[in-house]
Amino acid sequence: MSEFKRKDGRAYNEIRPLKAEVGILKNADGSAYFEIGNTKVLAAVFGPREYHPKHEASLQEGIVRARYHMTPFSVKERKAPTLSRREIEISKLIKEVFNTCIKRDLFPRTAIDVYIEVLNADGSTRVASINAVTLALVDAGIFLYDLVSAVSVGKVNGQLVVDLTGEEDQISEADMPIAMMPSKKRFVLLQLDGELTYEEFNSLLKMGMEAINKIYEFQRNCLKSKLEEYLKFYGQI
Amino acid sequence: MSEERFSLIVPKIKQQYIYNLLKKGKRLDNRKFDEMRPIKIKTGIIPNAEGSAEVHLGDTIVLTGVKISVTNPYPDQPDKGTLIVNSEFPPVASPDFEPGPPDENAIELARIIDRGLRKPEAIDFSSLCIIPGKKVYGVWVDIYVLNHNGNLVDAAGISTLAALLNTKYRKAEVNQQGEVVLKEELINLKVINYPIYLTFGKILDYILFDMNLEEEAMSQCKLTTIISGGGKICGLQKSGIGYFTPEELDYIIKKSLSMYQSVKDLILKNVNI
Repeated sequence: MSEFKRKDGRAYNEIRPLKAEVGILKNADGSAYFEIGNTKVLAAVFGPREYHPKHEASLQEGIVRARYHMTPFSVKERKAPTLSRREIEISKLIKEVFNTCIKRDLFPRTAIDVYIEVLNADGSTRVASINAVTLALVDAGIFLYDLVSAVSVGKVNGQLVVDLTGEEDQISEADMPIAMMPSKKRFVLLQLDGELTYEEFNSLLKMGMEAINKIYEFQRNCLKSKLEEYLKFYGQI
Repeated sequence: MSEERFSLIVPKIKQQYIYNLLKKGKRLDNRKFDEMRPIKIKTGIIPNAEGSAEVHLGDTIVLTGVKISVTNPYPDQPDKGTLIVNSEFPPVASPDFEPGPPDENAIELARIIDRGLRKPEAIDFSSLCIIPGKKVYGVWVDIYVLNHNGNLVDAAGISTLAALLNTKYRKAEVNQQGEVVLKEELINLKVINYPIYLTFGKILDYILFDMNLEEEAMSQCKLTTIISGGGKICGLQKSGIGYFTPEELDYIIKKSLSMYQSVKDLILKNVNI
């Protein structure tokens, strides 16, 4: 199993190189750029801010709204800029993920708007978006129960692999995005498209959880260095 | 982007009652935690549709129509028929539904149903090819919710399967000019894999199968498993605000795999083809 090499030379359980930057958009309350291989995602958070329309606001808690959008140039064939059915479904799922992970009773009557732009798509865009949004929410100073880390796992040519590229996704027998709050092992997103046996499902879940821990560490380090930067700028309190 | 919280409000006193029942291992309608509501299936009720089925799952009613016509193949699958799944939540079904194009919930439902049909090849798509690369049969599955009382996914899954099993389309022949001509002779659609959709929800720490609307309004989140022939998991979708622990996931997957055969038999018995 360890001998196995993928088209881009990665081992079956290896994720692509990660890169992230926090607080890059000045107008947003929080923002982040997240890159995993050639998948490049930008996320911005606005809020907590007044909810419009007002009658839909909740007196008990703030509500997260999300828009996942792929830029027309993010894929090989130009994509129409309007939201596709796929994007609407993913927006819904991302909205639900962050409605779960934010301590929303801290800001009743408000909306937290999450906007995601996929700049370049090479597989695993929805999980990259979730990773980006988590960083942006922390940047906005919003209370999360835990960071959310996400990765996609799947089965390509009979081999179970972590972090599928766009090409792998195209030919895959199964593709399973997972998002977790890692410190308490809580699954907040789980989808599967394709056939798996029970054993394969379990090994993929395990591989996914290992990869998620790596991404979690990466996100923490990223936020730590941003915090150090702030402290250097504003001085120790 | 609209936020659709349930407008169904379960009174606090009733919620408390339901919680207390759950703690005793009971549900309001006396079902077991893993028990499905009674199902009733009527097939072939829409004469103009190539296939149709109306499914009653408790008080939830879903009507699915299948239309088949000649179309162009997808560029990456020149010798296979096409599939489009659409779903609508018309205002007849619930005071919560508003007229207009499908909202995110309707889109999600259609995409979950699609997931069980496309990759696991529930239909023999190769048998739908007429002229490779030029003309194939397209299968349109349209799911209409007629009464919403919870667990639309499972009801839609059953009605889709029943409608496909009931689908007959006209035989096509290619004439000397290379044109497709439809004959009067009818062919049964080849359904080769039976996907079964099983949705579990979580209220407090209890996992319930086939929640009704009240339970859904009280639940945190749901997990739909799609099980195909040969005991394989061929689709998953977690939805709603909440989380599942690894133990809960394992319980749901195991439960679904063990329930597959009995639910499938129950559906086939009711379809009576």
